[in-house]
Amino acid sequence: MPLLWLLLLILAIAGVGYLLGRNRALSSAGGEIRKLHSLPSYYGYNGALVTAVPAIIFMMIWLLIQPILIENRTVILIPDDAIAEDSTRDLVMSDVRRIAEGLDRLIAEGALSATEIGDLRTETTDIREMLGEVGVALGAEVQPAVLNAALSYRALRATSSMWMTICVIGVAVLGLAMAVTRTNATFRARNSVEAVILTLLMLASTLAILTTLGIVLSMLFEARNFFNQYPWQDFFFGLTWAPSFSGRGGGSELGIIPLLWGTLYVSLIALLVAVPIGLFAAIYLSEYAGPKMRAFAKPLIEILAGIPTIVYGLFALITVGPLLRDYFAEPFGLGNGSSSVMTAGVVMGIMLIPFVSSLSDDIINAVPQSLRDGSFGLGATHSETIRQVVIPAALPGIVGAVLLAASRAIGETMIVVLGAGAAAKLDLNPFEAMTTVTVKIVSQLTGDTDFSSPETLVAFALGLTLFAITLGLNILALYIVRKYREQYE
Amino acid sequence: MNDMRFTERNVDSTEIKIRAKNVDVFYGETHAIKGVDVDIPEKTVTAFIGPSGCGKSTFLRCLNRMNDTIDTCRVTGDIKLDDEDIYDKRVDPVQLRAKVGMVFQKPNPFPKSIYDNVAYGPRIHGLAGNKAELDQIVEKSLRRAALWGEVKDRLDAPGTGLSGGQQQRLCIARAVATEPEVLLMDEPCSALDPIATAQVEELIDELRARYSVVIVTHSMQQAARVSQKTAFFHLGELVEFGETGAIFTKPEDPRTESYITGRIG
Repeated sequence: MPLLWLLLLILAIAGVGYLLGRNRALSSAGGEIRKLHSLPSYYGYNGALVTAVPAIIFMMIWLLIQPILIENRTVILIPDDAIAEDSTRDLVMSDVRRIAEGLDRLIAEGALSATEIGDLRTETTDIREMLGEVGVALGAEVQPAVLNAALSYRALRATSSMWMTICVIGVAVLGLAMAVTRTNATFRARNSVEAVILTLLMLASTLAILTTLGIVLSMLFEARNFFNQYPWQDFFFGLTWAPSFSGRGGGSELGIIPLLWGTLYVSLIALLVAVPIGLFAAIYLSEYAGPKMRAFAKPLIEILAGIPTIVYGLFALITVGPLLRDYFAEPFGLGNGSSSVMTAGVVMGIMLIPFVSSLSDDIINAVPQSLRDGSFGLGATHSETIRQVVIPAALPGIVGAVLLAASRAIGETMIVVLGAGAAAKLDLNPFEAMTTVTVKIVSQLTGDTDFSSPETLVAFALGLTLFAITLGLNILALYIVRKYREQYE
Repeated sequence: MNDMRFTERNVDSTEIKIRAKNVDVFYGETHAIKGVDVDIPEKTVTAFIGPSGCGKSTFLRCLNRMNDTIDTCRVTGDIKLDDEDIYDKRVDPVQLRAKVGMVFQKPNPFPKSIYDNVAYGPRIHGLAGNKAELDQIVEKSLRRAALWGEVKDRLDAPGTGLSGGQQQRLCIARAVATEPEVLLMDEPCSALDPIATAQVEELIDELRARYSVVIVTHSMQQAARVSQKTAFFHLGELVEFGETGAIFTKPEDPRTESYITGRIG
């Protein structure tokens, strides 16, 4: 039975569970809702949940374990001499799976019946050609042992899925029976539904944490592969970034310093643009602007946050870059390319303005009016009040906003590619082309890549380093916010 | 009402500090204050009493133009400080507020150290020529607010870390440090416990020697204890204004009598 139908069936049984639970509770209380511990619908939900949740969990576990078991039982059917010299057992197994899948398609298209498939012999039929007709391409002629394995693979899968259907429905019915027998007027259905909801919420938060952990682990493993092939001292302290493009490896210099320098330089310029403008905009909007101006200007600034970064990149490439070159770089003799750290930094700064302004605005608004009144009451002007009372009180939040913007700046890619170029360079001149860690991650992983050469694997080491830096920034932000909060509240 | 102990009733000065004539205040369409006339004497504690929402705080905030910070608020009439109209175009509200200090209902120390809280006003108005003078002003103000003994060893600690009563006295010290001529207090004790209240009340009586103090209060006992003159507000109108003793013992208006005996409010 296909999975979708099985799921629908479970839901249908759960629906029955809802009705049975609700009705049984009502009838046990003689139809009087006031005598029940919980509202009737809670008994219904309890019935449905106790029916569906264990069955679905059971099904998920079965689906996780089933392929592993079947694989193990099929793999022993392949004798060692069925594996060609340039092949491995894994590759043969993937052939087995493809043949099984192809046979399924043949049946689905009506080219073969189920009994005919059992009689297939490699000696009499050209299975490779037959499967090719339904879109399953095989690399070599099918060997008898492989065909046998495929047939037994199919059989095992069919049996297993039949048993799964039976067991899952059994679990659902069992749950239904349990829910219904437990239901009576004093059963605390409300609390049991509450517990299920709690579990659901907990599961959601755990999933988020586990995903982060998974990302870190996958990066760690690949990064370890990289450091097995490339000395870590050269990576962290190397001053040159020059991967060889021959594809044969060797001769590459993969030092992170030029990339880190580019990243930090671009981010610094971006923050120098975004922090003052964003902060001043926030102060104007929250302290001076009237409600009409605020209602008009705030969404307008936030539109900036909705523009895709590639569009900012285009803006950098065709407008800001040439402008800076023609009016600053060339007249002052600082450079003659339109790709520069300055271009990327300025455009990225514009992108970050709404991050800084929107968050700071909320935080400044949260400063209690009583503090402003106190300052006004002492004869301070509006800007004195803002500078000496409001901003210090809002500082932890503002620092948080700035560090959030910094994390964004460090992770930005598109604007850098189009604005600052892709040449890794260690230079102080902001009108030189440079590049960042993220850009290099992209360029090392795009195109024809071989996942065993250090030139490709270096991307994971770069990613991990970047992750460590942004994580450090976030921890620093939390620390600063906590420290000041203690002092101010 | 037997627990009221009246302070001495002698009004030391007959000089009028603030003269308000025919003052009306509107919040948008709402008519909050209706034709109020009050003369607030120098070196005297004047109490504004009345039920919630009667406009006493609104009127108090007119005296240093704090209502300017509320967009919908409109004040008409005549309020004169030392015979100068404070709503005149030539008057800078910022300068006015330095002369007419204010202490609020809830203690609102700035998120700064105790020292910086008190030094805030003097720094803004350039009252101290150097650090030593500023130190002196801070110490003098804290002494006047009866807080010096408690905080002299931790002037660098944040003002927000003090207890509620200490915070309120810090706010009074902060207001005093600016050398105001009038001190407005908007229910300064409503967030404080009885002991802190007693300390602040004692302080108010001492402040009377130098300043004209106007205090808004919900507690009639407090008005009786600290003030020499009392004004009773009801529904935006000034019902009765006179010597505190007279208001509490033989009120002229029946509404005043109802309020102080607890029938309205």
